[in-house]
Amino acid sequence: MAKRAAIVGTGQTFHKSHRPDVNGQELINEAVSRALLDANLTMKDIDAIIIGNMDHFEGINYVDCWSVDGSGGTMKPVMKITTGGTTGCTIAIGGYHLVASGMFDKVLIVGWEKNSESDTSGAITTAFDPIWDRLVFAGAISGLAAEAQAYIARYGATDRDGARVSVRDRKHALNNPHAQLRKEVSLEEVLASPMLADPIHLLDVCPRTDGACAVIMASEDSAEKITKTPDWIWGTGNRHPYAYLGDADYGRLTSMERTAKEIFKKAGIKEPRKEINVIELYQPYSFAGIIWIEDMGIVPPGKGAEYIWSGATDMGGELPINPSGGVISCNPIGATGLIRCAEAAMQVMGKAEGRQVPDVNHAVSTGFGGCWWTDMILHGKKKPNY
Amino acid sequence: MAENEHIVIESGEAAQPFNYAVGMYGSRFFKELRENKKIMGVKCPTCGKVYVPPRGVCGPCFQEMKEFVEVGPGGVIGTYTILRFAFIDPETGHQKPVPYGYGFIKLDGADTLFQHYIDLVDEKKVRIGARVEPVWANERKGTIKDIQYFRVVE
Amino acid sequence: MDKAAIIGIGMTKIEARRDDWTFADMAFEATRKALEDAGMTIGDIDNVITTSNDFWDGRTISCMAVGDASGASDKNVSCVEGDGTFGALYGLARTLSGSYGTTLVTAHSKGSQSVSSLITNAAFDPIYNRALGLDMIGACALQASAYMHRTGTTARQLAQVSVKNHGNALKNPVAQLGMKLSVDDVLKSEMIADPLHKLDCSPVSDGCCAIIIANEDRAKKYKGKPVWIKGVSMCADAYFFGDRDLSTAASLSKAAKQAFAQAGINDPSSQIDFAELYDAFSYQELMWLEGMGLAGDGAAGKMLEEGAFDIGGKLPVNASGGLLGGHAVIAAGLYRIAEVVRQIRGEAGAYQVKKARTGLAHGVNGLAGQSHCVWILGKDK
Repeated sequence: MAKRAAIVGTGQTFHKSHRPDVNGQELINEAVSRALLDANLTMKDIDAIIIGNMDHFEGINYVDCWSVDGSGGTMKPVMKITTGGTTGCTIAIGGYHLVASGMFDKVLIVGWEKNSESDTSGAITTAFDPIWDRLVFAGAISGLAAEAQAYIARYGATDRDGARVSVRDRKHALNNPHAQLRKEVSLEEVLASPMLADPIHLLDVCPRTDGACAVIMASEDSAEKITKTPDWIWGTGNRHPYAYLGDADYGRLTSMERTAKEIFKKAGIKEPRKEINVIELYQPYSFAGIIWIEDMGIVPPGKGAEYIWSGATDMGGELPINPSGGVISCNPIGATGLIRCAEAAMQVMGKAEGRQVPDVNHAVSTGFGGCWWTDMILHGKKKPNY
Repeated sequence: MAENEHIVIESGEAAQPFNYAVGMYGSRFFKELRENKKIMGVKCPTCGKVYVPPRGVCGPCFQEMKEFVEVGPGGVIGTYTILRFAFIDPETGHQKPVPYGYGFIKLDGADTLFQHYIDLVDEKKVRIGARVEPVWANERKGTIKDIQYFRVVE
Repeated sequence: MDKAAIIGIGMTKIEARRDDWTFADMAFEATRKALEDAGMTIGDIDNVITTSNDFWDGRTISCMAVGDASGASDKNVSCVEGDGTFGALYGLARTLSGSYGTTLVTAHSKGSQSVSSLITNAAFDPIYNRALGLDMIGACALQASAYMHRTGTTARQLAQVSVKNHGNALKNPVAQLGMKLSVDDVLKSEMIADPLHKLDCSPVSDGCCAIIIANEDRAKKYKGKPVWIKGVSMCADAYFFGDRDLSTAASLSKAAKQAFAQAGINDPSSQIDFAELYDAFSYQELMWLEGMGLAGDGAAGKMLEEGAFDIGGKLPVNASGGLLGGHAVIAAGLYRIAEVVRQIRGEAGAYQVKKARTGLAHGVNGLAGQSHCVWILGKDK
């Protein structure tokens, strides 16, 4: 019988730009130990492990096998799932299915990256087709800049609009002790920071980070025994379209639109803006904070900037986005999507401490990556009735 | 050794060489590029969409495509950016020279965008919708570099 | 575990080198074959799992190359990095989670495009082991020595596995390397890494395999012969060789035990009719059989000599030719599952085994069999 599944514990490292004090397995173990502690479980309780990262950032093949000393996977079922930037969210979705299938009762999900160990833009560039895409592609920023230009041409946004999003997330990060960058910036500082790829300034984009995150999911048979406030998974979904970068509709994130519609329909959510209380958006650069909430159906196309300027997405607003400080404040790539998931779970479970949004009934976490891909999870305080 | 010394081991000159198979569709593309200065796309018999680079499958229709059609060589800028930050080029292992124009070009007759360099001689003219044409390499070898870059034309 | 079945399989011919195919071309071919086999169209597929490895494919996010070609353009999709049996395990979980009625699983690899020793060297720890220059062949040679030393298994017995599997491959139209060999041919072939001769080692090949998994409801609608999934389990051993007993397959024993228990099998050696194992090297077939309890500890070599593992034997093993007959690295375990399906349906032609009611398929991740995945498939629901 298919089962409902919930997040019962989360753990993260204190993310930093460079962690030469630990090797990869030790970094992973920090997050795993914290998640076990949070759920008050031991490794003996874990029935399977899913791990994810991007191979070429550390240059380690068969990471599922290499990492067992850190993940606790020795003599346990271990599987690697990886989909690029979406990996962190993808592995959380993987954990959901392993639990919901009834095959495993308690699954440990681990996302990690030591981005300091290679050149991140160079490594991301190898994600793209060696024959067709690699010549001009320059890591994630070049594609994102092309999206922002297309959106600006279509809807008339400005770089001030983008900067406002960056100001928001960087301010939110002050409340999150795990975030890597915790420094408030002004609009003027964002706009005055060096232009990396028009129209993206240095302070519009995410950093590179060493960090790990772990999440424990359990079936409805045990979730409420582990914690009084499990974070129930209401829906998971994704779209990974396109074979080449030039296939996309620049200026719109079609994968987000398709995924959000599917999940909200399943959950019976008709007005996401009112029914969702907090979003942890995988937003690698500021303009995505405008464009992608339109694609998610929070506001109509072209209305994203107005909504951001209204303060609705700030802490204390109608629908706070990225109370954690988001990806702009911290980006250990293979962990990034899972951090969104863990932060959303903490909001539902009431464990978000200084960054807690009051009365969270539904939260959304997302992953972004690949060729304009989206992964998404709908979290809820109540057990879903399906 | 100091208590707080953390040793880092470098990977050295290690490299992973690959021989990427271009396949039937890509081979046709590069042959036409090299021999005839023609840019070839492939058309989906179901939805009629013309794809560049050519490939075997129309994703949305899950339909095999066989009909090659010539596109371009001119087109318009679909979207673009100007890369201004330095990073390690995985093709060479060295820093990529910046700035350079990075264009997604809507070639005449194609429905997808074709990526290539855009000349930055007059940066102000590099805009979405601007008309562009390829500047061919003097010696064409059947690679993406047979086109040096695209340049904006009036 | 709820019931699910495999209702479609598609295999490209395993070949040494397919320069005319991109990864997408291979995935499209295998996917189309699986759909045709199942009598389905892509619209009948609810979600897709691709299986690939970024090192083997020479690019990060290797799944990007095959998503559209696997029919995933507007579907839920994910990617397992590892052997195809692990990809299929995730596909099964997604089929049983209540989210999707059918799952298409693909796995592809093109060994022809890269340098396999460099890629498997990257599986060694970069701090302690990698600089020593070991690769998969070296690692498995260490394991072969340890296994032979402990069990008394001989080089002739290893060679006999190669003779059998290369011979079986002659009968399988999708196999790459069918050869009529003698034990002496194997023993006289170049010594690659003691005790492994060249003909003890599988080739590194190009190939893509696809299967379609359906939940019970959807399997009922299927017109052909569903092959039911009776038990599936995976388990990983310790990482560092010094932390493992390389001469035994502890994680395989654990995985197999769990899979047998799920399938209600209490005497595997009499209840498993045939097996398709991950024989990347000749010794592995014997070692894995013992690890799973399909042969007594140290007894597999003798059983092999007595013909027990021949196509007409008591327990046919790798009737398809196995990995020695063609080894598309990441796809290899999924090929094993597809070959078991073929046998159970009675469609294996020249290499059909007589009794094929319950079969075992097996895949490996990591160095020298660190992590294993075991599938029990059956004719009966």
